[in-house]
Amino acid sequence: MTNRSAARVAYDKKQKTKGLLIATVSTGLVFAALVVLIPKAPGWDKVRSSFFDGDILLSTFPSLLNAFLLDIAIFLWSLPAIAILGLLIALSRDQKSPAMFPLRLLGIVYTDIFRGVPVILTVFLIGFGIPGLGLSRPWNSPYIWGSLALVLTYSAYVSEIIRSGIESVHESQRSAGKSLGLSNRDTMRYIVLPQALRRVVPANMNMLVALQKDVALLSFIGPVEILRQAGVHKSLLANFTPYVGAALIFLMVTVPATRYADYLLAKQHRERS
Amino acid sequence: MATVKLNLKGIHKSFGDIPVLKGIDLSVDEGEMVCLIGSSGSGKSTLLRSINLLEPIDDGEILFNGTDISVPGFNPQPVRQKIGLVFQSFNLFPHMTALENVTLAPRRVFKEPRDTLVPEAEALFAKFGLADRMAHYPDQLSGGQQQRVAIVRALAMKPQIMLFDEVTSALDPELIEEVLDVLRQLRRSGMTMILATHEIGFAKEVADTVCMLDEGKIIEKAPPDILFNNPTKPRTQQFLSSVLNR
Repeated sequence: MTNRSAARVAYDKKQKTKGLLIATVSTGLVFAALVVLIPKAPGWDKVRSSFFDGDILLSTFPSLLNAFLLDIAIFLWSLPAIAILGLLIALSRDQKSPAMFPLRLLGIVYTDIFRGVPVILTVFLIGFGIPGLGLSRPWNSPYIWGSLALVLTYSAYVSEIIRSGIESVHESQRSAGKSLGLSNRDTMRYIVLPQALRRVVPANMNMLVALQKDVALLSFIGPVEILRQAGVHKSLLANFTPYVGAALIFLMVTVPATRYADYLLAKQHRERS
Repeated sequence: MATVKLNLKGIHKSFGDIPVLKGIDLSVDEGEMVCLIGSSGSGKSTLLRSINLLEPIDDGEILFNGTDISVPGFNPQPVRQKIGLVFQSFNLFPHMTALENVTLAPRRVFKEPRDTLVPEAEALFAKFGLADRMAHYPDQLSGGQQQRVAIVRALAMKPQIMLFDEVTSALDPELIEEVLDVLRQLRRSGMTMILATHEIGFAKEVADTVCMLDEGKIIEKAPPDILFNNPTKPRTQQFLSSVLNR
């Protein structure tokens, strides 16, 4: 090692240590300030007892976890429907022949409507509206129509994501497929789609996280999932701590999923550059 | 007399208001090797893409084995199988191994079973010195290897004519030769070929006929020894001297 490169290594090491030190000290200061200052607020005691009651948290947590299983179930059965519908709509919007124009138009109208209406409104309109037609059991179940509302909304978003993936595959790939005598359909299925779907995995992971949270919106039309269960506890105990418990449970799932999505995205950036 | 494989008559093609091909006439015999030379933008690529029916032509006829394949509404798929096209930028499918790149089209188009398809593809890989690269993905291959796989991919469709669109232009100088060797090998096997190229030395060595394209027209057409040694058109002289003096 030459003198110059040894000096470079030593300098880099010093800079790194310095950076780490500053980050540690500033983080510590911010936390200390929060811990010292928040309890000084005039309403802190009340807030602490009604939002952060340890005994209530412990006693309601198991039933909240149990109710969360329903959220997971709704999430899991909506997922395949969203994937299939989203893919079909994305493909319909890629149809270029005039005979397929109605399909393309339908795809555009569909995505415009369901991306344009707040999810909660779609949940209300479909979740209350369709059972209101006087359907008999089991077809008046809020599970069915609430899930459908989520499926319709999320497949509109997912279809746009998939379509952006399809468009990101370079035209020369289609040319190569066609020049070999492959049909348009085979070119899409074997050449364009596999590349497109791989590229949009991180974006779709973010949709999964959003869907996981929005399942809680179904609490407004009936199913006793975690948010509604927390509401029940809140009313019985006159305490908001169960909501904090519910938030913690959501975070247990969404934080790892978000971290994973970010990791995939960062990995993709590295691979492309 | 050799049979005419491909006959182009008065090909016109514009992109919007910009004419790219302005009346191309060219006849290619079975087993003939035609080289297209000319500066970038002279219409070489567009001509090759038109023959492969990737670009619809505005006027003229493309007779392939005597059939006009350029009539509007003609189903391009069966013809494209018989006319192989290799691109400057390889255009391999990045999500498939070299072997999958090669077997995809035969599998889907001919519906051949795997047990006949894979040995056939393996034989092609072996023939062009790629036997140990079949399981590699495109990004694990050098540019020269990728381009050879792209040629094998086109050959797997058993085409009757092969079109090459500046297939060495994107390669490092030291990788060009391995691709040219593949072309020589094909030439010896009697394949009918049209090659757009800037490799004047190679064209001199292997071509039967050389066409000089300029602004969408073939301005000079002759066997290589005549065209390269005694070009008649000033534009050809100018182009050759600029290429050879690089």
